[in-house]
Formats: sequence, structure tokens, C-alpha cells
Amino acid sequence: MSERATQLLQIADDELILGWRDSEWTGIAPNLEEDVAFSSIAQNEIGHARALYELAARDLGTTADELAFDRAPHEYRCAGIVEHRFADDWARTIARHWLYEAADAVRLEALKASDDTEVAGLAAKIDREEVYHRMHADMWEERLRDEPRFKEAVEELWPQALALLPEDKRATLAQRLNVPSNSLLLSGREERSDDFASLWEEMTIVRRSIPGAVW
Amino acid sequence: MVTEAAVWDALAEIPDPEIPVISLVDLGVIRGVDVDAQRVRIEFTPTFLGCPALEVMKGAMEEQIRALGGEPEVDVVLDDSWSTDRITPEGREKLRAAGFAPPAPREAAPPKLIQLQSQAFRCPYCGSTDTKLENIFGPTPCRSLRYCTSCRQPFEQFKTI
Repeated sequence: MSERATQLLQIADDELILGWRDSEWTGIAPNLEEDVAFSSIAQNEIGHARALYELAARDLGTTADELAFDRAPHEYRCAGIVEHRFADDWARTIARHWLYEAADAVRLEALKASDDTEVAGLAAKIDREEVYHRMHADMWEERLRDEPRFKEAVEELWPQALALLPEDKRATLAQRLNVPSNSLLLSGREERSDDFASLWEEMTIVRRSIPGAVW
Repeated sequence: MVTEAAVWDALAEIPDPEIPVISLVDLGVIRGVDVDAQRVRIEFTPTFLGCPALEVMKGAMEEQIRALGGEPEVDVVLDDSWSTDRITPEGREKLRAAGFAPPAPREAAPPKLIQLQSQAFRCPYCGSTDTKLENIFGPTPCRSLRYCTSCRQPFEQFKTI
């Protein structure tokens, strides 16, 4: 697989799986405004995944749907941080959201400067929407930053946030988050967790029920 | 014989599926029309990437072109060519009349929370700028929720992207 397709798939998988996790707050967020916010953020992330899969699918001679739903669990390449099921744990949800958006900003800045005009153009389009995700994440970080549960969650998750980025971009993120850029603690993109296994079961269940059907 | 002008007129009749007061042409999502005998190629760019109305809009465009006797080819372009600045002046007026505050013009730097929290946004009902941000997000990805303290009316603000 080309380097471009590999990279597109990693990012698309991150966005799809995080979008899925965010959508689990629909209907059960701590207040209505957050129910609306997380539903919208989830929709955006899945939209970004769709566009990224479409670009990758053209290179690979397949379709976005096949890439999103027809791969076996071990073929996904998302980072571990997006896999955790955090619905019912608001502190960790916000910690992940804040860390993810910070990492995604670093990633998008690099992609926007890419020589590949298709990738750069799509990254710029995605970034117009991500501006609002970052506002939302920063607003919550400001509100929760002195809360012990939130601080613990950030401590627990920041090493996994570094794994969202290629090695040469991790120092930038560590600096922005004011954490050490310790790569020893990193999990990679190769291993899938138990949380991922149950997510995949649920996410693909309808599509697998009638293989090849046109919906 | 299908003409380019006829194609634009036909596309101007297609309402946005989520905000039907405004057409696809008003929204600025039609990037180009190319007519070659019967073949009509339309370049179209989505507003928000997660927009669920994408397929509906594509289908509506194809239907309009067939009604003109043309063979449609709708290309979805995933580049950075759309911004809310592409909404036409007519489109902005239609939004306002329907109770949606049109997007603020995009500046050189991306929008900031502090701007959204400021009172620079005008209520589409009473015209007051005494409004506050309720939620960055709203019923669709393209909208935020605001509240007008003057006429006590919640309203939807088109996001600037």
C-alpha cells in the first residue's frame, strides 16, 4: 500500500472510531447542550472519515464504505486512544476530546502544507470545521482543569495522544500540552483492544447481516 | 439543446434539503457547470463534510438535468473551495428572513471563541446585537445556537467557516 493510502487510512480510522465513540453520548450527555454538541462533533468526525476514505479508496480501487465497514478488526489502524468506551465518564471523555483535538491540529497543519494538493485541500476543508471542535474542547478544559478527576484522566491519556502523530510531530504536541515527549509509554496503531472488538461487532452488524446488499 | 444558463436556472430551483428557503446556487456550492451537447457536468462541493444531505442534493441535481433533456454527471469536489463567504447576498437575505442569522464574513484568521461570545451577532428577528452564545453547536453542523436578550428569542446562527 502506498504511503499516502496508509496515512489516509490511519487518520480516517481515527476519525471514524472517535466519531462513533462521541455518538454514544447522544441522548445521555450531562445536559442537553452537550448532547447537541457531541452529536454534531460525532457527525463531523464521521464526515471527515468518509472524505478521507474516499480519497484512499480511489488509490486502492475500492469504496469508502468497504474501507470503513468491510475490513477485519485487525486491519484497522486507529490509535488506541480513540477506541476506549468512555460513555458515562465525562472527565475522561473531555480529556480525550481535548488531547485529540490538540493532536489533530498538529496533524492538520502538516497536511495543509503538503505538496499533495488533494490531501492539502481536504485537510484545509476539514480544519475549517475542526476550529469549532477545538473551541469546544478548550472551553471544557478551562472549566475542568483544576478538577482532580479531569487531571488524572489527562495524566492517563496524554501518552496515547502522542501515538496519534508520526514520531517527528510528537515533540510539537508535547510542547503544546506541556508534557514530556516520552515515547516509551506509547502504544502503536497495530494492536486492537477489547473495546475495539465490541465496537466493531456493533458498527458492522447490519452491514454484515446481508453481505453485498445495496442500502 | 441544453444551455449553460438553463442549467443554472434549473439548479437555482433546488432547495437546500435542510434549510429549504435557500437554493443550492444561493448557497454557493455549485462550483462550475460545463455543457457539451447533451452532457452536463456539474462540479459541486459540500458545505460540511458530514452533511447527510449530500446524496439528496446530488440526486436532485441529476433529476433537474434529466428534466432538461441532458445527461448529468455530478462530481463532488473535496477541496477547500467552499466557505460561508460564498453564500450569495440574496442567499444571506433569505436566511435572515427565515430566522437564521447569516454567517459573519470570514476574516484572515479562523474564528475564535471570544468572538462567538461577543455581542457582534445580530438577532434576525429584532435586529438587536444584545445576543449571547448558547451553544457552539446546533441542530445541524453548520449552525450555532444564540439567544437574543432583547426580544428573548433563541435563534440559529450560521457558523462562519
